Amino acid sequence: MNGIPISHILFVSTALFFIGIYGMFTRRNLITMLMAIELMLNSVNINFVVFNKYLWPGKLDGVFFTIFIITIAAAEAAVAIAIIINLYRNHQSIDVEDAVELKH
Amino acid sequence: MNYSEYISLILLLPLAGFVLLGLFGKKLFKQSSGMIGVLVLLISTVLSLYTAYQYFFVNGKLNDVYQTIIPVKYTWLQFASGTSIDMGITLDPIAVMMLVVVTFVSLMVHIFSLGYMKGEKRFSTYYSFLSLFTFSMLGLVVASNIFQIYIFWELVGISSYLLIGFYFDRPSAVAASKKAFIITRFADLCFLIGILILAFEGGTLDFNTLIHRLTDTQSSQYISITTASFLGVSVLTWALTLVFIGGAGKSAMFPLHVWLPDAMEGPTPVSALIHAATMVVAGVYLVARLFPVFSINEASLYIVTWIGAISAILAAIVACTQTDIKRVLAYSTMSQIGYMMFALGVAHLGGESGLGYTASMFHLFTHAFFKSLLFLCAGAVIHLIHSNEMNDMGGLRKYMPVTHITFLVACLAIAGVPPLSGFFSKEEVLLAAFHSNKLIYGIALFTSGLTAFYMFRLYFSIFWNKSKSLDTHAHEGTFSMKLPLIVLSICTLLAGFIPFGNFISSDGKNLELPFLLNFSIAPVLFALTGIVVAMRMYKKENNLPHRVAASLGGLYKAAYRKFYIDEIYLFITKKIIFNLIGRPAAWIDKNIVDGTMNGIAYGTGKVSHWIKGIQSGKVQGYALYFFSGIIVLAILVIYFWK
Repeated sequence: MNGIPISHILFVSTALFFIGIYGMFTRRNLITMLMAIELMLNSVNINFVVFNKYLWPGKLDGVFFTIFIITIAAAEAAVAIAIIINLYRNHQSIDVEDAVELKH
Repeated sequence: MNYSEYISLILLLPLAGFVLLGLFGKKLFKQSSGMIGVLVLLISTVLSLYTAYQYFFVNGKLNDVYQTIIPVKYTWLQFASGTSIDMGITLDPIAVMMLVVVTFVSLMVHIFSLGYMKGEKRFSTYYSFLSLFTFSMLGLVVASNIFQIYIFWELVGISSYLLIGFYFDRPSAVAASKKAFIITRFADLCFLIGILILAFEGGTLDFNTLIHRLTDTQSSQYISITTASFLGVSVLTWALTLVFIGGAGKSAMFPLHVWLPDAMEGPTPVSALIHAATMVVAGVYLVARLFPVFSINEASLYIVTWIGAISAILAAIVACTQTDIKRVLAYSTMSQIGYMMFALGVAHLGGESGLGYTASMFHLFTHAFFKSLLFLCAGAVIHLIHSNEMNDMGGLRKYMPVTHITFLVACLAIAGVPPLSGFFSKEEVLLAAFHSNKLIYGIALFTSGLTAFYMFRLYFSIFWNKSKSLDTHAHEGTFSMKLPLIVLSICTLLAGFIPFGNFISSDGKNLELPFLLNFSIAPVLFALTGIVVAMRMYKKENNLPHRVAASLGGLYKAAYRKFYIDEIYLFITKKIIFNLIGRPAAWIDKNIVDGTMNGIAYGTGKVSHWIKGIQSGKVQGYALYFFSGIIVLAILVIYFWK
């Protein structure tokens, strides 16, 4: 465990985060965008765990936060999917470009 | 029976009547609301008379001095220890007398209205307002706390407003009710300031404590209120003058009297109750209530005296020229209240010098009977003729014998012809004036001559003069309209024989009212002269009145136009206040206040027009703004958060 330097892991989490951002900006499909958001959340989770492990090994705060975020993400996914289903019912599509009713 | 067991009923019954008739009158008691009102008032009157009997003859006295009894007291709002607004009932000679007067006259008016207001669409509303008024007036007279008196003061003001504007489909009635309300409100503002000064300096709102503290020359409150001064006048004088302005507004004293003649737009029984016998004497009552404090302050008594005297003579002169019979009576009321005021003004506390106090209350008492009688008679006449104008009347003695006789009795009483009640009370008023100020006495004497003249001018114009032929079926009205006239005329005949000094005096002790035969010659002569002149001019139709009016020229015209006081008010309000305060205020409101608001709305609109392009409907665009924001914040935090 100690063999892996912290920078490696941070590199992974940063990569994951920007993959998420890329997905968020390029995809028009809501499900894909939701998945991209999950990627970003997980990169943050990795950060929490890593910093907890390397900086304050005796404590568990980071781990707790991770569990907390996973829980929230689950709930958020449920809400988001509910929104998506409703959007589909109204537009017969889940393309974000189609939902423009509230545009000025 | 102990007072506390039933005394609140005198007040609460009319209140209950008001609530009952006000809420359900229109639906449930369309016909019977009048009877309910009469019944309620009858019980109140009986209880009041019983209270008066108990107080004056059984247990009011202690060592030959009438005590102030407080049977009911309930602390309502406590500000500090000693300063609280209480709701209570005070019994002292003047309060008990007023209880009797208010309930009795109110009962008479209730009975009279059964006939007079019959068939009115808002019959039950009328009775509920009458009950509200009676409740408020009773609360006012028994108040134990100066703030309680203020609350009920406003309540009588609002009931007066409602009743003046009873025929609200007539624009003149609406204007009159507004005028009465605004002028008395203005006076009440001064009253409130006066109360606050007294309460601040005296440290209490309770009447007895306040009077006790402010009359005790050793107390710290007395020293501070008399030594502190504002604009060179002591604070006590300020406070009492402000309180007196409040009373003058309610009592229609010069120059705040302009609302009273207009208030005659209301139904005539209302004028008899509110604008003749009860509410308009509230100012006199207030001064009498605070009399111990007034009597230690010469300056404020001086104001009371002169305002009273000026009102008395001014109103009497105006009354001689008016042609609307109710307006004549209104000015006559103002004149008589002027008598009561200056009688108080010339009095001092205790013993013989307190004669004016007793005289004032005596005149208030007798005036309540004969003036309400006059108004009710006028009501009966108006009921028959359907006009207020003297010119439409004449020769009515054949058609309405009861009204004729009772009106004559009241006229003789107000003119001061012995042995009717007005003679005795006016006699004491004049005597009190004679002892302290000869000039006031002269004015009063001249006014009593004028009083006799204008009352008999009214009498002869209505019942004699040209004979008017009415339909043969013209009749006087129902029994319920005649009964109060007869009862009140009996009171008018007999009230003067009450030894008033035994009951009411400035210090509660027995005061033997002096009766000097020599002294009464002058006023009686003046009164008889007035009557004879009126008879000469108005008994038969002739052109003498016109000739006299023409020879008086400018004076007649000025009196006919009520000395242009209304015009002066209009000038001050319309020309000066409107132009100097109203218009700048309107300009500020339109341009600055509204301008600020419009500017904010315009700015918001403009800014949102610029930035609305950002709301593109593209979710990714929003996410991009979000991330850019986060990055900017991150940079700021990293580099500038030290």
